[in-house]
Amino acid sequence: MSLLRTEGLTRIYGGLKAVDEVDFTLPEGEVHALIGPNGAGKSTFVGMVSGRIEASAGRVWFDGREITHLPAHKRIRAGMAYTFQITAIYAKLSLFDNVALALRNRDRAAAQEALDHVGLAERGDQLAGYLSYGHQRLLEIAMGVAQRPRLLILDEPTQGLAESEIAEFNALIKRLAGETTILLIEHNMDVVRALAERITVLDAGRVLARGTPEDIHADPAVQAAYLGTG
Amino acid sequence: MIRDLGLHLALIAVLFVLGLTLPDYHQGNMARILVLATYAVGYNVLFGYTGLLSLGHAMFFAAGMYGLGLVMQHGGWSPVPAFIAGLVSAALLSVIVAVLALRTVGVAFMIVTLMFSQSAFLTILYFGTWTRGDEGFVIPQAARQVAGLDLTDPVTRYMAALALFSVALLLVLWLVRRQEGAVLIGIRENEERTRMLGYNVLSHKILAVVMSGTLSGAAGAGYALLFGYVGATFASVQYSIFPLLWVLLGGAGTTIGPLVGAVFMFYLIDYSSGLTNAYMLIAGVVLVLLTLFARAGIMGEVRKRWAPWLP
Ligand SMILES: Nc1ncnc2c1ncn2[C@@H]1O[C@H](COP(=O)(O)OP(=O)(O)O)[C@@H](O)[C@H]1O
Ligand SMILES: [Mg+2]
Repeated sequence: MSLLRTEGLTRIYGGLKAVDEVDFTLPEGEVHALIGPNGAGKSTFVGMVSGRIEASAGRVWFDGREITHLPAHKRIRAGMAYTFQITAIYAKLSLFDNVALALRNRDRAAAQEALDHVGLAERGDQLAGYLSYGHQRLLEIAMGVAQRPRLLILDEPTQGLAESEIAEFNALIKRLAGETTILLIEHNMDVVRALAERITVLDAGRVLARGTPEDIHADPAVQAAYLGTG
Repeated sequence: MIRDLGLHLALIAVLFVLGLTLPDYHQGNMARILVLATYAVGYNVLFGYTGLLSLGHAMFFAAGMYGLGLVMQHGGWSPVPAFIAGLVSAALLSVIVAVLALRTVGVAFMIVTLMFSQSAFLTILYFGTWTRGDEGFVIPQAARQVAGLDLTDPVTRYMAALALFSVALLLVLWLVRRQEGAVLIGIRENEERTRMLGYNVLSHKILAVVMSGTLSGAAGAGYALLFGYVGATFASVQYSIFPLLWVLLGGAGTTIGPLVGAVFMFYLIDYSSGLTNAYMLIAGVVLVLLTLFARAGIMGEVRKRWAPWLP
């Protein structure tokens, strides 16, 4: 069964169709990569899925229920977790407080475990703003994972991470794969190859191609528009 | 948790002892300061913890004050039901203001709260037949008796003020230690992140306005009851600015800051007016120095430097 489905999902900014009638289906349990050049509409698309951005047209279903008009916080409660492309943590709060807000309870042990997942367990009492950029990124991922979502949406999670941190990230996602459905926007093709079972390529707001990594790699349209130039 | 509660109970105990030992002049001052600090504690819930700057809190203070004063004056109500009437007035007004003003954010929110408060002020003047407008009215000593206690007696009055303050203080401590309080802080720090962690931001903001407004109203009702005067000055812009200053000085988003700020400012003005006629100048200079060198306010700096665990 598909966990997430969109039909004709569209977002118009002024005259620009940032996302243009996208039909999309994500089966439960899949790790799915959304790729495409800058400005293709990837962030806008997942923004509409999570409810952060209002759709201009189209419909969204999650877990068999239509959520097109559901406000963002209810979609999150229904089992989505969302990490921002631009790191969005609470800089002036401790790591523990950051994770506790994500967990929606004040259970210290659970927060500790979530920090442990990304190797930040020692730093629970530090202020998040004092972490290095890479660690802030990892904290945000930990906050997504801590929610034990059914659908985890990650918007360019590895941007700005060091090689070693990327390896840890890959390992974390592989541990989650199977129990959590993951929608991953990613520029790093090594990460995509390591994690994605299927890929959707967006270009100028439209779906250019979709399929397994092999299909996408062999697709002439993708090569022309994206991989060839990148 | 235990440490927090212990600290707050110790503070209350110190204030209790002060009430029995201070010389008359300072005991009278402190009774007044405790009621005003209650107002600041209420203001702090919205400004300090939730990050919403209201310029109209005098309307909530006045709602409590007039809610109590009018029914005592014209209805002959006794203090306890009248106090409840004050609380209910402030709570109702804050629900209305929350629903209307929270459609706006930032500067617009400041302006909308200011306008609401000005309307409340003008309403009080308009119904001068009952409110006696600017001149106000006195609640006679004979009416200010609760269960055999004479609220006009200095010690009794001080202890009543302390009781009011303590309830407000402990209520806020309880709130900020709960998940709801953490969410308010989350909204202050990053509203979009908080929404995207599955929290209903609007309903939490409504909670903050209502709690803040009702505590402010409790302070207004307490002030009228303990000091026996109800007047439109308390609904003026000045009384919306005071709690902002106290909270900024004492430390926004700290439980104890509002009291520290109210004490500090009261005695700063009191002391400098003894030195010179230009006492507002001295007060102004000290305020500027504090904003330059202690941006987080007195308790905010204490928390930053020495006690990060302070709530
Ligand atoms: N808030 C906005 N207002 C106007 N245009 C926007 C806004 N957000 C995104 N866009 C435009 O929509 C297009 C898609 O943006 P985005 O979804 O961020 O792309 P991607 O994440 O694939 O890089 C871009 O052309 C971008 O400039
Ligand atoms: Mg993007």
